[in-house]
Amino acid sequence: MVYARLIMMRLLKAVIVLFLIVIFNFFLIQMAPGDPAAILAGEAGAADQEFLNQLRERFGLDQPIYVQLWRYVSGIAMLDFGYSYRLGVPVFDLIMDRLPATLLLTGTAFVLSLVLGIVAGSMAAARVKKPSGSLIMALALVFYATPLFWVALMSVVVFSVYLGWLPAYGLYTVGAGHTGFALVLDVAKHLILPATTLALFFMAIYTRMTRTSMLDAAQQDFVKTARAKGLKPSVIQRRHILRNALLPIITLAGLQAGQMVGGAILTETVFAWPGIGRLMFEALQQRDYNLLLGIFFFSAALVIVFNILTDLVYRLADPRIKGAS
Amino acid sequence: MKTPLALAISAAAFAFSSAALSDDPKQGGTVNTIIQPEPPGLVLGMVQNAPTRTVAGNIYEGLLRYTTDLEPMPQLAESWEVSDDGRTYTFHLREDVTWHDGEPFTADDVVFSADVFHRELNPSARAVLQHVESIEATDDHTVVFTLIEPFGPFLISFEAGTFTMVPEHLYADTDFRNNEHNDHPIGTGPFKFANWERGTVIELVKNDDYYEDGLPYLDGVNWHIIPDGGSRAVAFENGSIDVLPSGTVENFDIPRLSAMDNVCMTEEGHEYFSPFAMLWMNNREGPTADKRFRQAVMYAMDREFAKDVLWNGLGNVPLSAFGSNARFQHDGLEPYDHNPDRARELLEEMEYDGEEITILPLPYGETWTRWAEAVQQNLREVGINVRTQATDVGGWNQRLGDWDYDLAFTYLFQYGDPALGISRTYLSDNIAKGSPWNNVEGYENERVDELFNAAATAFPDEEREALYREVQEILHEDVPVGWLMELGFPTLYRCDVKDLVTSGVGVNDGFKDAWLDR
Repeated sequence: MVYARLIMMRLLKAVIVLFLIVIFNFFLIQMAPGDPAAILAGEAGAADQEFLNQLRERFGLDQPIYVQLWRYVSGIAMLDFGYSYRLGVPVFDLIMDRLPATLLLTGTAFVLSLVLGIVAGSMAAARVKKPSGSLIMALALVFYATPLFWVALMSVVVFSVYLGWLPAYGLYTVGAGHTGFALVLDVAKHLILPATTLALFFMAIYTRMTRTSMLDAAQQDFVKTARAKGLKPSVIQRRHILRNALLPIITLAGLQAGQMVGGAILTETVFAWPGIGRLMFEALQQRDYNLLLGIFFFSAALVIVFNILTDLVYRLADPRIKGAS
Repeated sequence: MKTPLALAISAAAFAFSSAALSDDPKQGGTVNTIIQPEPPGLVLGMVQNAPTRTVAGNIYEGLLRYTTDLEPMPQLAESWEVSDDGRTYTFHLREDVTWHDGEPFTADDVVFSADVFHRELNPSARAVLQHVESIEATDDHTVVFTLIEPFGPFLISFEAGTFTMVPEHLYADTDFRNNEHNDHPIGTGPFKFANWERGTVIELVKNDDYYEDGLPYLDGVNWHIIPDGGSRAVAFENGSIDVLPSGTVENFDIPRLSAMDNVCMTEEGHEYFSPFAMLWMNNREGPTADKRFRQAVMYAMDREFAKDVLWNGLGNVPLSAFGSNARFQHDGLEPYDHNPDRARELLEEMEYDGEEITILPLPYGETWTRWAEAVQQNLREVGINVRTQATDVGGWNQRLGDWDYDLAFTYLFQYGDPALGISRTYLSDNIAKGSPWNNVEGYENERVDELFNAAATAFPDEEREALYREVQEILHEDVPVGWLMELGFPTLYRCDVKDLVTSGVGVNDGFKDAWLDR
């Protein structure tokens, strides 16, 4: 079993990489100015020295760095991510709590950007010298160049404030008490704006890449052969050109998938989406070390998993790439 | 010897609170509002963060409430007496109060909360409790506090956020921080905790067994959690939010939102905290160590401009260290008006050589960033070589705690009495590295220490007043810190939300009386 061995090797490397990431992140965060005790005290608006000391002692911040590092790393080894300083809840629970919302959002955006991007790119490739093809490429360029937060805010202004069609924030309507299908519909409505916002940038990239890649493949000899055989242009487009053009897109999709957990900070913040990205941003502002490290760990693990998956998909898509070579 | 005066005051306060309310309120309805940022927890005795106070002030109660003039009103205590020597305070508790789990609220809960729970966990209560010799329950509904010496602000220390009543039957002899009830707060207040969907909403529901007949009117309050300021403004604009507590939208959004139809605004409800913006000035080293330089900074700043342009004309430019909501404000001081010429004179007199100083803005949003830019501009106009150093909240905390700054923005609560919220900034024994909330500027003045310490325990008020007048004169001359503004933090709400702000802590306990005219 070549695949099994390949996966084993990759997983072993992954564990080492993750271990290094944990240590690296630990020191990186220690270098940031400010500690969680001072920030918590600041929010309280009143703090005596005793209060600060109590906090630091509770968090273990009064210990030397190497003790803190040892405690943390040995915890991780037992899959214990510790407690969030600010929220007093186990980090693992917090992350598991937020993960579904993030996966729903980024997963939808991922599928949306991939499907629409490839469709638009193929269309642009087929209409390479026509105005409609140029229009698609112009739009793709606009989406590529526009800052995400601006798109997000403008879509709220247009679709929520002026038109009133879509909800502006949140995962569901608070207090509506929806269940079953009504809840699914409600969540779907809330999903439209953030998922589209998040999808636009990658969609633009996929569009451009699909087009270039397809135009490139169209010049290849096997396409000429197919044409000579008298195959229908639509069949050539789909089976011969598109399939070969997909390889660079798989690479990029693998990268995007790896970023799914950590990459939605802005979108989640603007749309009040209760996901991991927001949790990470807040943890950073609060210097909530344990929580931040926990999220780093999960996103790093996810990047590694998607890297392995991408490699496997690559092998399926292109038989020329063989085994563990 | 007990004086009937306190009883008279409590009766007057009662009259005030009912007079302030509109006629025939309607029952029912749920109000949607915002909490920003998401609180770390809701057990008020354990966390006193601003967002915790705002939400949990509707779940928990203290012995007293305060009017917008900071006069005490009854809450869990229906009346109280002060002995003639100012050392003994007797509180008579309501007899019909139950906790949200059905257990009766008694004097033992008060003793436990104050003497055990807060002494261990609560820095603001601890500051008051150091003046308390003993706390005794003389019967089930009477509590006697005996002080070591008279302490002027004692009677205004019983607000729910500071002196929360904690249920003894759930917390006694447990590890408070890991108590199993912490994720489901049990108070005596008008609303009960129902649900907390992290990152989305905190839901409170009506307490059907609340001791005041007919209250609360609302079925519930939903506190939405929306992290982005722009999105919060939009949520209010499109009608999904009824109330924007102060500080939940950027200042530049306020004129637009308050101009909308059916939107009302009030500046009331912050008298208890009276947030006071200051410019820390490093008294230890550099040009800012020179009194004349600090005075020059005061003359150079155009505080009226900042108020009008950055804060939409809300708030108040203070005369000196004591805000207008603090007691014993000295009204005879000559204000530091915008006077660039005088600033230049002072700088020339001290032979300021153009040494560069830095200014650290408060990383709490756009308005503060703009404000720092305005001050920088003002200082440059008079020839001060100043540079801005931006940082995030963590970095800002650390630099102040390490005294690594020249000028830095901050704001502190004044809590109504100089002994609670003002003296801490100027007392020399309050200088300690590592905290950005004590005497950060490093001001040391023996006479000021003496005056503040004497005034805290002087009795009666006339004696305190004289001491505080003198201290204000010295501070006004020395300018240990720059006094920027008493901030106006407006609450925006749909006009059909009635009787929202009925006390000096605003929405922190406001939903008790609120009702919906829909």
